[in-house]
Amino acid sequence: MPRRLWLRSSLVAVVVAASLWYLYPPARTINLGLDLQGGIHLVLGVEVDKYIATQTDRAAEDLKAGLERKGVGVKRVAREGLTAVAVELASTTNWNDALTVAAEFGAFDVGQRDDKAGRFTLTMRERHLAQLRDDAVRQGVETIRNRIDQFGVAEATITRQGDDRILIQLPGVQDPERAKALIGKTALLEFKLLDEQTPVEQALGGKVPETSEVLYQRRVDKETKAERKIPYVVQKRTLLTGGELTRAEVQADPNSPGNWQVAIEFTATGTRIFGEVTEQNVGRHLAIILDGTLYSAPRINERIPGGRAVITGQFTVNEARDLAIVLRAGALPAPVTILEERRVGPSLGADSIRQGMVAIVGSAAAVFVFMLLYYRLSGAIADVALVLNLLILLACMAAFGATLTLPGIAGIALTIGMAVDTNILIFERIREELRVGKTVRSAIEAGFARALRTVIDTHLTVMVTAAILYNFGTGPVKGFAVSLFVGLTASLFTAYFFTRLLFDVIYMGRRKVQTISI
Amino acid sequence: MIELFRNPSYNFIGNRRWAYVLSVVITLIGLTSLAVRGLHYDIDFTGGTLIQVQFERPPSVASIRAGLARVKLAESIIQQFGDPREFIIRSPLSGATSQELAKRVEGALAEETALGKFEIRRVEFVGPQVGRELQWQAVQAVLFGLIGILLYIAWRFDLKGGVAAIVAVFHDVIVCLGAISLTGREFSLPVLAALLTIIGYSVNDTIVAYDRLRENRAKFVPKGKTFADQMNEAVNQTLSRTILTAVTVFFSAAILLFFGGKTLEDFAFVLFIGVITGTYSTTYVAAALVVDWTQYVEGRVRRRKKAVAKA
Repeated sequence: MPRRLWLRSSLVAVVVAASLWYLYPPARTINLGLDLQGGIHLVLGVEVDKYIATQTDRAAEDLKAGLERKGVGVKRVAREGLTAVAVELASTTNWNDALTVAAEFGAFDVGQRDDKAGRFTLTMRERHLAQLRDDAVRQGVETIRNRIDQFGVAEATITRQGDDRILIQLPGVQDPERAKALIGKTALLEFKLLDEQTPVEQALGGKVPETSEVLYQRRVDKETKAERKIPYVVQKRTLLTGGELTRAEVQADPNSPGNWQVAIEFTATGTRIFGEVTEQNVGRHLAIILDGTLYSAPRINERIPGGRAVITGQFTVNEARDLAIVLRAGALPAPVTILEERRVGPSLGADSIRQGMVAIVGSAAAVFVFMLLYYRLSGAIADVALVLNLLILLACMAAFGATLTLPGIAGIALTIGMAVDTNILIFERIREELRVGKTVRSAIEAGFARALRTVIDTHLTVMVTAAILYNFGTGPVKGFAVSLFVGLTASLFTAYFFTRLLFDVIYMGRRKVQTISI
Repeated sequence: MIELFRNPSYNFIGNRRWAYVLSVVITLIGLTSLAVRGLHYDIDFTGGTLIQVQFERPPSVASIRAGLARVKLAESIIQQFGDPREFIIRSPLSGATSQELAKRVEGALAEETALGKFEIRRVEFVGPQVGRELQWQAVQAVLFGLIGILLYIAWRFDLKGGVAAIVAVFHDVIVCLGAISLTGREFSLPVLAALLTIIGYSVNDTIVAYDRLRENRAKFVPKGKTFADQMNEAVNQTLSRTILTAVTVFFSAAILLFFGGKTLEDFAFVLFIGVITGTYSTTYVAAALVVDWTQYVEGRVRRRKKAVAKA
């Protein structure tokens, strides 16, 4: 009896059983790539620098307020570059007080200072900067995940990619444009006061006070679809943001039939601030601004104590619903841009699957027939091994949760060709040994042993390329590399455990063997 | 039993000079085409937008272009893609985002009434930054792939074999790229993947021959057999395997090429060409170079010995 036949048989049996277990039921275990099932693949770039600039701006504002509270006269506090705040005092008399206040900003170091001129610069610490960069992307991922969850896409994946990127994969989305708008919207909701001292005409002419800016309201004519932009002069100072929201819901707009509005409710802090703001500014107009566009600027008639407001703006029901979602999920810490987009419709995906299957079945069938004709019984063994090879390959992909893509199918088709190479190498070697007059058993023994080294070398080199492909490739190339790598591993296993086992069972038993069908 | 070759003893290595001429000529044709015609890079590498549209009935390119002209996209490349009803529209990068561009194209085509109904089946947008990165990654993948192979062969066999194998791989890559350039196909990510597969295949083939040579040399080598004879023997011994494998991989690639659909066509085309050149280069580039290199080294050693004897 050959060595440990039982042990090897059980190993093969375990592998087959495990493969079948992982593959059952096939429709649910194999992840299809977006190119096969249809969907959107998006790579977003997070504009991290903008986030850092806002954080530095906020620090500058806090610093100014802090200095004023201490009674330090301030001439100028402004952001310089991305991470520095330049401070210029009105006089040097309170120099030490100023430094004490500045020292309280743990995230910043006092950099250059000019005691005599009363000037100093605060620079953000490297560690804090790195933290902020990380936060911007992490919060972005969280926020987008939150939005997509509320939008309702099954099996969406949102992951961080590299330092400042977010990869989003949405399988089978019906309305891609809407999904993209929902994801890409910064959704920064701000409440600001209108600057009623500056006439709009004057502001458009370029004469805007430093504390104000011109923002536009967009109005679409329902009949002509023409868009109008109405300018408003708005104070730059933000009184309250969407960060203080607890609820956002869609309602019918009572004042304009057919349109929808979003009702929002503030947190306790938000409610208090909103109450104060409305109390102090009765008679003025409060602008509601989303991502730099003014939606409405209602007049404050009285103090609003309940912390509720509505955002109106000719919304359709879907627009209002999406706006409510982004407001509930919160603003993105920094704006995002689409760096890469790949979108495949479901019908194209189905076509690709069909063509891929034709290719795989076709090449497998060609190889099957060829092996059977050329090597007869041994060819049949190789064919069974090929089926097992495919089974293991698919099971591994299911087990690792790897995704089957179109290039992945190509990789499988190629693996079929390569797996057969292993068998051909072994069989040709056995034939050679037979030709020099060896007995069937020793020819099999020698054929497998001699071919082993070559087979390992060939597999390893291609696996080296597959691994490199995986490391340097993206999306489609990665899918190809995965199926190639797994396929080669499976091919090594089947050749030396399965094919060999069958040969041993057939030819190495107790009875004498005179001929071999190869 | 069916046998392709019974103890073949073709003089492959003896005819290597002719093969060198052939290799040089083919490589030059490839390089010339690459220099003159160039490679069309897909939007994966250049950045841009690709939109695949399926019309209800076959449209004319002119009416598609007329539609695109309305939105100032007349410069786009319009290509039929497999089926006569299916078209691909490629637009270069512009200030517009993918979102706007896809919408604009959809709107423009909808207004062109001659076109009838259509479905947008695929939209791909690659930003300039990503395109540059993918280009760089492609170069890296090929470079590191080659280095990995070189190291592996140098470790398992010797440096001569490694270098010769890499030269053979370069030969195959240039032939494949030349074929892409000559047939006016796009150089895309899947084509890159195919190219890397061919690198793997070509080396695979070379290693089988090397392995056999090493095995033979480890045994008794009869006197009077030159290194060239030994290499020729190894190539002949592995010949039936080489041909059988090449044929099966060739068939797999051919089936992909003819039935795999338009998306896989370029990929399969590279495999198709690559299998042929990869099989050829094993014998006529890699093995032949190792023979000439070894003979050169041996000759120098012999001359030095003679010189020493004279002195």
